[in-house]
Amino acid sequence: MARSATKAKPSSEKQPVERIEHAGLLDVRNLTTHFKLGVGDVKAVQDVSFTVAPGESLGLAGESGCGKTTAALSLLKLLPENGRIVSGDVLFDGRNLAKRTEYGMSKIRWKEISIIFQGAMNALNPVRETGKQIAEPIQLHEGLSEAKAMVRVRELFDLVGINPKRVMDFPHQLSGGMRQRAMIAMALACNPKLVIGDEPTTALDVMVQAQILELIHRLRTELDLSFILISHDLSVMAETCDKGVVMYAGEVVESGTTADIFNNATHPYTRQLIKAFPNIHEKREMVSSIKGDPPDLIHPPAGCAFEPRCDVRIESCKTDHPGLTEVERGHFVRCVHARSRRSDDFVQGDEAAPEQEGV
Amino acid sequence: MTMATEQTERPDLKLAPETGDVLFDVRDLEVYFPIQQSFFKSMVATEKKYVKAVDHISFQIKKGEILALVGESGCGKTTTGRTLLRLEDATGGEIIYKGKPVQKFSGKELREYRKKAQIIFQDPYNSINPKQTIFDIVAEPLEVNNICSSEREKEERVITAISEAGLRPATEYLYRYPHELSGGQRQRVCIAGATVLDPDVIVADEPVASLDVSIRNDILKLMVEEKEKLGVTYIFITHDLSLAWVISDRIAVMYLGRIVEIGETEEVVANPKHPYTKALISVIPVPDPLAKREHVILKGETPNPVDIPSGCRFHPRCPEAIDACKETDPEDVHIGGDHYAACIRIT
Repeated sequence: MARSATKAKPSSEKQPVERIEHAGLLDVRNLTTHFKLGVGDVKAVQDVSFTVAPGESLGLAGESGCGKTTAALSLLKLLPENGRIVSGDVLFDGRNLAKRTEYGMSKIRWKEISIIFQGAMNALNPVRETGKQIAEPIQLHEGLSEAKAMVRVRELFDLVGINPKRVMDFPHQLSGGMRQRAMIAMALACNPKLVIGDEPTTALDVMVQAQILELIHRLRTELDLSFILISHDLSVMAETCDKGVVMYAGEVVESGTTADIFNNATHPYTRQLIKAFPNIHEKREMVSSIKGDPPDLIHPPAGCAFEPRCDVRIESCKTDHPGLTEVERGHFVRCVHARSRRSDDFVQGDEAAPEQEGV
Repeated sequence: MTMATEQTERPDLKLAPETGDVLFDVRDLEVYFPIQQSFFKSMVATEKKYVKAVDHISFQIKKGEILALVGESGCGKTTTGRTLLRLEDATGGEIIYKGKPVQKFSGKELREYRKKAQIIFQDPYNSINPKQTIFDIVAEPLEVNNICSSEREKEERVITAISEAGLRPATEYLYRYPHELSGGQRQRVCIAGATVLDPDVIVADEPVASLDVSIRNDILKLMVEEKEKLGVTYIFITHDLSLAWVISDRIAVMYLGRIVEIGETEEVVANPKHPYTKALISVIPVPDPLAKREHVILKGETPNPVDIPSGCRFHPRCPEAIDACKETDPEDVHIGGDHYAACIRIT
């Protein structure tokens, strides 16, 4: 899987000083995706930007309905019929995928960017041998015969830790963990540069989840893959990714390295979300929940989308839509308080902070 | 958990008798499911094959506690819960509920028991009837059991149950349909349906597995609240040890039909003795990227419960296994307090 080092695109004017925000393999800029419904447009993804460098892993996290899956599907233009990319660019290896035709995309999908879908149970065809399903993209993209493709499938099975003898098994003959491994094998079939994992471990047991995450980690280092992990589970993201993007109501509310996000969480949503996960290495306490519901994305609020649920809101949050502020190099936060948080010796802003936590 | 060491009269008694009322006393419970074989095979086969879902386990459940049954899929945790409610039939052993064996219940006694023992299912999208209103769903157990003498009383009880389940004001929800509610609200309806009969015990089978994080925590809180307010005993079935750690009083870790470790939650998590428990705890993801921890990742998957490995059933996957593990089926070792683990390597 030798691959030429990706050329740094000349268009890195956005962040002159780089730590993580540099134009890498994938550079998503101001991506906006809407779904057309009878009652209006659902603004599922609004102005989302992130980059993925070669060999890097990025986590997209948030509650259901925050737009994380839509953002990922937009990269591959796999949106349902009523969805469309309204604006923004998806620069992948020097090409703008957002402007590509369907035919052009078919050359990219699976060959260069592949996806591990949520729920391997449903993503595999139940009436076709697993190995043959995996051979399909190889035959299509590399023009090999089925027999030759199957040789590669056997290698892939071995790579992901399934006995190659089982290539002719139907999906129902495999266990949940093995099906997920088969899905990963399929995603790797054509040596892609970037793999997107859409909740790849959500339906699995803890131990199988750990096995799959370890496998993904191993493959990433062995094959030098870039990886985008979509997960509602922040703790999984903390353990797997180099950097993360936290989304809320279709927008990026915080992005940075995982250390920035978890050990120096700045957006009130991120902080509450982290607290919602139990940490068995700390003191046992009841996990807290985030009160209220996400806003209606057909008529998104004029001010900050998180304002109704926020514990540090101030008057102006209702009306002013905050932009992304860089609090540290490469660590962006969409919150009015972020500006006052810029330096390390941050003093919590204004009247609104009930608690000053070390974060 | 099978053999007796002569410590007390009841060596399988995992709780000191003075620790409060024992609501359930499960003794040597066995639930086997026969495997359907073709006629020919059944004629030649020397022995009938069984799925050994629950293979001789003994434990007690205290009144008013949350006992978490934790384990991977196929470990028998759901079967144990269902057997406690008589939704499956035990093939051996006894379940003693308030001094009486549950398996012997029939007729009126069984109907009484069904009122006192309720279940909450995993998926609130499929476990309630989409054509019924919330009122009808919650009132149904009362109607079936002919409990209320008047419509008024029924309405009162339904409203109390719904608002206790956190849907307030209850009157606003009464005549809605499930599709008008979110997943978390539906799960609250399920909980209201379970608590409306004023049960002693509720088996909650992965009640939060299909819910979003923020909602999940609300449901967990509700369970703790109901335990404290109404004195309901919960059997919380989950594959996620970290959730069990958050709300349960005691944890029983199951593997392939056996309880391998049982004890007070904080004690088991802080001081796990069985290698399986240690592995489970080590792989729980933690929301802290800087915490570098050793992951004990077990190879392979839980073996088929038809052909259970010899000796200690965990030995093929155990990182600490020694030769003796292949032969000796380990007995429970008393670690201290209510803490027991079944491993021969514990000294």
